[in-house]
Amino acid sequence: MPDRLLRLSGLEPFVLTPDIPFVNVGERTNVTGSARFRKLITTRDYAAALEVARDQVENGAQIIDINMDEGLIDSKAAMVEFLNLLAAEPDIARVPVMIDSSKWEVIEAGLQCVQGKPVVNSISMKEGEDQFRQQAGLCLAYGAAVVVMAFDEQGQADTAARKIQICQRAYRILVDEVGFPPEDIIFDPNIFAVATGIEEHDNYGVDFIEAARWIRTNLPHAHVSGGVSNLSFSFRGNEPVREAMHAVFLYHAIQAGMDMGIVNAGQLAVYDQIDPDLREACEDVVLNRRADATERLLEVAERYRGEGGARAREKDLGWRDWPIGKRLEHALVNGITEYIEADTEEARGQAERPLHVIEGPLMAGMNVVGDLFGAGKMFLPQVVKSARVMKQAVAVLLPYMEEEKRLTGATDRESAGRILMATVKGDVHDIGKNIVGVVLACNNYEVIDLGVMVPPQKILEVARAEKVDVIGLSGLITPSLDEMVHMAAEMEREGFTIPLLIGGATTSKIHTAVKIAPRYAGGPAVYVTDASRAVGVVSALLSPAQRDAYVEGIRTEYQDVAARHERAEAAKTRLPLAAARANRLAMDWSAHRPVAPAFTGTRIVDDWDLAQIARYIDWTPFFQTWELKGVFPRILEDEAQGEAARNLYRDAQEMLGRIIEGRWFRPRAVVGFWPANAVGDDIRLFTGEDRGTALATLHTLRQQVTKRNGRPNVALADFVAPEGIADHVGGFVVTAGPEEAEIAARYERANDDYGAIMVKALADRIAEAMAEMLHERVRKEFWGYAPQEDLGPEDLIAERYAGIRPAPGYPAQPDHTEKLTLFRLLDAEAATGVTLTESMAMWPGSSVSGLYLAHPDAYYFGVARIEEDQARDYADRKGRPLAEIERWLAPILNYNRTGTAPEAADRIGERA
Amino acid sequence: MPARLPPSPAFAALNRLAAQRILILDGAMGTQIQQLALDEDGYRGHGGGHACRHHSDHPQKGNNDLLILTQPEAVEEIHYRYARAGADIVETNTFSATTIAQADYGLEAAVHDLNLEGARIVRRALDRAAAEDGRPRFVAGALGPTNRTASISPDVNNPGYRAVSFEDLRRAYLQQAQGLIAGGADILLIETIFDTLNAKAAIFACLQAMEAHGMALPLMISGTITDASGRTLSGQTPTAFWHSVRHARPWSVGLNCALGAAAMRPHLAELSGVADTLICAYPNAGLPNAFGQYDEGPLDTAAQIADFAREGLVNVVGGCCGTTPDHVRAIAEAVAPFSPRKVPEYA
Repeated sequence: MPDRLLRLSGLEPFVLTPDIPFVNVGERTNVTGSARFRKLITTRDYAAALEVARDQVENGAQIIDINMDEGLIDSKAAMVEFLNLLAAEPDIARVPVMIDSSKWEVIEAGLQCVQGKPVVNSISMKEGEDQFRQQAGLCLAYGAAVVVMAFDEQGQADTAARKIQICQRAYRILVDEVGFPPEDIIFDPNIFAVATGIEEHDNYGVDFIEAARWIRTNLPHAHVSGGVSNLSFSFRGNEPVREAMHAVFLYHAIQAGMDMGIVNAGQLAVYDQIDPDLREACEDVVLNRRADATERLLEVAERYRGEGGARAREKDLGWRDWPIGKRLEHALVNGITEYIEADTEEARGQAERPLHVIEGPLMAGMNVVGDLFGAGKMFLPQVVKSARVMKQAVAVLLPYMEEEKRLTGATDRESAGRILMATVKGDVHDIGKNIVGVVLACNNYEVIDLGVMVPPQKILEVARAEKVDVIGLSGLITPSLDEMVHMAAEMEREGFTIPLLIGGATTSKIHTAVKIAPRYAGGPAVYVTDASRAVGVVSALLSPAQRDAYVEGIRTEYQDVAARHERAEAAKTRLPLAAARANRLAMDWSAHRPVAPAFTGTRIVDDWDLAQIARYIDWTPFFQTWELKGVFPRILEDEAQGEAARNLYRDAQEMLGRIIEGRWFRPRAVVGFWPANAVGDDIRLFTGEDRGTALATLHTLRQQVTKRNGRPNVALADFVAPEGIADHVGGFVVTAGPEEAEIAARYERANDDYGAIMVKALADRIAEAMAEMLHERVRKEFWGYAPQEDLGPEDLIAERYAGIRPAPGYPAQPDHTEKLTLFRLLDAEAATGVTLTESMAMWPGSSVSGLYLAHPDAYYFGVARIEEDQARDYADRKGRPLAEIERWLAPILNYNRTGTAPEAADRIGERA
Repeated sequence: MPARLPPSPAFAALNRLAAQRILILDGAMGTQIQQLALDEDGYRGHGGGHACRHHSDHPQKGNNDLLILTQPEAVEEIHYRYARAGADIVETNTFSATTIAQADYGLEAAVHDLNLEGARIVRRALDRAAAEDGRPRFVAGALGPTNRTASISPDVNNPGYRAVSFEDLRRAYLQQAQGLIAGGADILLIETIFDTLNAKAAIFACLQAMEAHGMALPLMISGTITDASGRTLSGQTPTAFWHSVRHARPWSVGLNCALGAAAMRPHLAELSGVADTLICAYPNAGLPNAFGQYDEGPLDTAAQIADFAREGLVNVVGGCCGTTPDHVRAIAEAVAPFSPRKVPEYA
């Protein structure tokens, strides 16, 4: 008589009988697993999407996995539509489906479309037992088998012990309490990437296999499944190795009892036919049999690399026969770390002193890099990779140099100069600063990096103690501009004369010329556009021959710039505040009826899926970070920068894969909505819909520049309805999480600045992408004023949606202190862990905040400069002293501040 | 969802009986009603019947379920005759008593009353029969397929379109099931399933109704193989169908309608081979002739159903379209010598 077997159905039955060792679940109708399918679904080419499903079934898939979790499509609608269309295709619909989503509402919508018995993928105890019981009960009532992820309130299980504990607990709840048939339970004990270079990951293969064995032995009738492709994530791009890893893993996991899996059948080697060397290396990794398994597999893997630059490198392996000096140069120019330790060791053996290796072949190689970079034949990411090679070479030599110094008292090498770098007090952003540091170090400068949020006294102290030749300051937010002015004044006061370099996104030649340079009469203050200019500027400043002429040239140029700026500003006529208000933007509130949000108050959003976030990334700014200027994706085909851009993009994708796979970040967000009305230039928020009690006031600033052609002088308040019309505003804070700093530090310790900068640059992009996603969700769901919106990623990047999300400190509201109100309203620190520095920078740096204004005609604008009448009015409205307001708004004041020296203003700024 | 509801009293009684013998389900309602030869006024209860308090401007001739309210004595008489002919289980006349099916007659508002009274009428008929012969009998509240399909598009040019959603069906069936339970149904019978997705919505609703009622009622599920392809209208094989409904833990699963007993046999055998629950079969009296009438006599039908019993395929048998109290009597007599099928238990 029949056993307790997993019995599914489409139009035809499927029974997982003992003679089926392994069910291969087709994954090509999964938007997260197949780029092609994703494209077909996003472009709504359902006819072709059905063909993908048909091919899978024709090629023997016994179950097809359907996943529509794509941020840019309405997953629920796509799931319903695809399943309904599939039902009309008997040759596809004959097999059971696996309804795959991280969103329960998508799963439930799918369950309501299939007449057969499907598999739900997946449910878990992530949100606790109650929700798990409820969803399991629904799966039972809808007649579905379930995949249960080894995931509980604490997170995803990584060790065998955790996997077992969670699966056992889930099994008991399902079988004993919910009455779930045990044969309909499929556990997914999480296959994670191995051979990532992170030691904690080494045992992930064994953890899965052991958990599988335990489940099949101890939880009667239950099954074990998993997404196999995760395992080999760190070998993306090297298909032969991935296939071998999958085959080896499955060979052992199936023996342990794994009886189902999502595997790309085309991505699976035959165990017995794998090259024995590769097989053994894979087995060492999968079974964690030796400490150096990853390194060995990496070595073997090189032989199998297929595509792109890697192949070119393999082809060129001839360089290994070159003399040692040329080999070092080749490794430096091409950013190849594989052989650098051995080659450096060999060079040391031939050199009289270890220092000679640095001063000889290594510096020679770096000079080539510098020349190529200067000539525009190499690009920044490549230079940073070269720096990584250099650092690793120096790390080999350092112990010998220390030893030599101890024995003989020999001197250190001569550096071209010693440069102190810091991100100023109150600011947390350091990607640009780190890049400049790397480039300088490549050019034989010794860099002392004090990190972020460095107080002025610390900078001056170290500068004096270490006798540095140059100080470089970096900052991203506008209050940092004033911090730099303050630093310049302090250097002047303490009698410094060394050059002060100014860099960072909000800095400019004009600001340096007008505000900073006049404060530092003793020495030159020089604005540095980007990392590629840094070496030229520093070498000119430190060269006895060039220095004086160069400094004089800068001084003249800056005086000229300041004078021109003065004239231009004077020529711009600005309106008195009253006149600007009279020319406000008058919205027609009879034509637009504001929509009430789905909720008021705040809500924490923590169901972020890194893989989904990744698809929202706007890559153009990422390339800008690396000083590759152009629009993505066209930049990949750029004649000059294309190759560098492609390699950078590939490395970014690879790290992104590891970020996603290893869940390196824990993104969080909080969003809130409140009843609100404009009152003059302010926006008043109320505690309830009766609008009787004020909750807070958001202050906004109005454009005062004279407008032509009837264009209004706008303030953000103009986009909110006046009293008498029930309007709302929203606010949000998103963060990629605090983990980036620790991960970047780990790369730095491993002498991998490239990786460190990469992870930070990606964290920034992730936070921005989250802000984009959250805004979309606000428009469609939380506020819901545009529920039918259907925009592609390009549309989102081009901001082709209704409503805006202006951020305090940005052009539409340049006052950073409005973040205090926003953070208090959202209780943002408790909700997200994001804190504000004394300069109102958000920490961690990969965070974004802002308001939500929903009016369809709302737009982004710049307040630009304001007059004293508005500053006074604004200070009154905020109930803060004028001097304090002037300090925060310093970059946009169109007049000279009354009486308050920047130093004093700085002290006032510390009241927060 | 009902995880562990206590079984209703009728559940245990039915199980005891089913262990002893093949149980008998009643026969067709439609053919019996045709013999009443009612006109529009008859359906509306004007003249000899009871005027319906639910108003509709639509013609009501053919709305057989409405007779529960307008001709209750006649309906009760049919149920009574089936009971006396040997039926252990008698179905309510509520095949179309859902808001979805009644929409055609503009009588959505009458749906609760139809189900409530529909169950009460059967109960009265069975009580009358029991007063005469002392046999326990059971009211099966019937849930039909409705006139819409949740997994098939009615528009050939738009295969993704659906005229009814799972949620529409679930809501309609929940109302029906609650009415039937309130009226005293002992069993819920989801029958004539040509689209399994409709049936799954009905199952979902029945489980919810039981949960609300606080007791598990025996659930009978009966699919329909529409033609020689051996599949349901929505394309499933009998085993696939069983896999789709097994989560309901039905008291019985089986086939009815569309085919005569002979044509039903292989499909029934397939189901009997895989289902770890009771098997129920109630075929038509053969296939309809050119005039849409069924002309297989009681003994013909009974002989074929006796073959099912002889082969150990069935636990519950009865008749569908074209069968009469005489057919049911003949069937009951024909299967009496045979033991009920043994229900396989999963290891």
